[in-house]
Amino acid sequence: MSGVVAAGAHQTGESVIFWVLAVASVAAALGMILVRKVVYSALLLAVVMLSLAVFYAVNEAPFLAFVQVIVYTGAVLMLFLFVVMVVGVSSTESMVETIRGQRVAAAVAGIAFVALLILGFGHATLPATTGLKDANAAGGNVLGLARLIFTKYVFAFEVTSALLITAALGAMVLAHRERITPKPTQRQLSEARIRSDRVSPLPPPGTYARHNAVDMPALLPDGTVSELSVSPVIARRRGGTHEDLHGELPEVAAKHEATTLRAVVERQVEVDSKVEEKEK
Amino acid sequence: MTGHYLVLSAILFTIGGVGVLIRRNAIVIFMCVELMLNATNLAFVSFSRMHGTLDGQIIAFFVMVVAAAEVVVGLAIIMAIFRSRKSSSVDDANLLKY
Repeated sequence: MSGVVAAGAHQTGESVIFWVLAVASVAAALGMILVRKVVYSALLLAVVMLSLAVFYAVNEAPFLAFVQVIVYTGAVLMLFLFVVMVVGVSSTESMVETIRGQRVAAAVAGIAFVALLILGFGHATLPATTGLKDANAAGGNVLGLARLIFTKYVFAFEVTSALLITAALGAMVLAHRERITPKPTQRQLSEARIRSDRVSPLPPPGTYARHNAVDMPALLPDGTVSELSVSPVIARRRGGTHEDLHGELPEVAAKHEATTLRAVVERQVEVDSKVEEKEK
Repeated sequence: MTGHYLVLSAILFTIGGVGVLIRRNAIVIFMCVELMLNATNLAFVSFSRMHGTLDGQIIAFFVMVVAAAEVVVGLAIIMAIFRSRKSSSVDDANLLKY
């Protein structure tokens, strides 16, 4: 940790770190708001947060750097990814504008806002950087922060605990779902199954020479595709073509597989009969 | 060097703000809000170093705590809306519009 903090003392080392990570974090932030898929957005946000953690370390805030990695990149982003996993189905949004020209207007407003802020910073006279050597001297950064939290900011700290308990309760209440109907017993389930059209288990997905993915449908004896062999969840989510199917739909690929197999079997039968003739 | 950090903080904050304006997926909008909070934290930390006191770092710490609580409740709300409307687009939750 002391090595990281010491890097703040060297101006050249700090500017190298700054320029590399500033470019990386701004690029990742821009990518985050421009990519279509939510998972990519979350991963790019992780890049921004990790580079901010390095900035904190360089700015003589080692405790915050670790909290940034543990709380933000560890907990908050995992929570985001977890929700993306649950919400997943509609996580790719359409990029059609609801209000015409909104995107251009937002970009112009953003550029104007940045220009305004940077102009403001340019006109402000910032005092010379004091550095945190004195503040961190007695026992280090963590002890200094603890001393402040439990004396000057102890009320805010206590209020924080109330906030965290409220947030935990609120999340539980919001995510809780009441069961409206009683849970079906095993007897009811089996009776319902006997009464339904299909008593046997559902057919498994198709297994072919080249493909055995779960979204490959099985073929019925007459060569048609069995809809029941693919889970409806997968069938609904399968937007278009398979990547390793060379631009074909799984149904078409399955039929090709079956045709190839049939041709191979027929040729084998032919060869076999010729061999039998020769033997005679 | 403080000026550099402030400019970077301003740029990241604005990117987050533009993201809130142009995206319509509630989860991405939430991520953009997180980005804005992180950008302000960077400004706090560099100010703390400039003044030579730890108060800025304490404020950044409290911002992180509040942001964590906010994420938990916000994502629970997004899940609840998704359950009833089967969509996480902010355009679809418009019952209070008229």
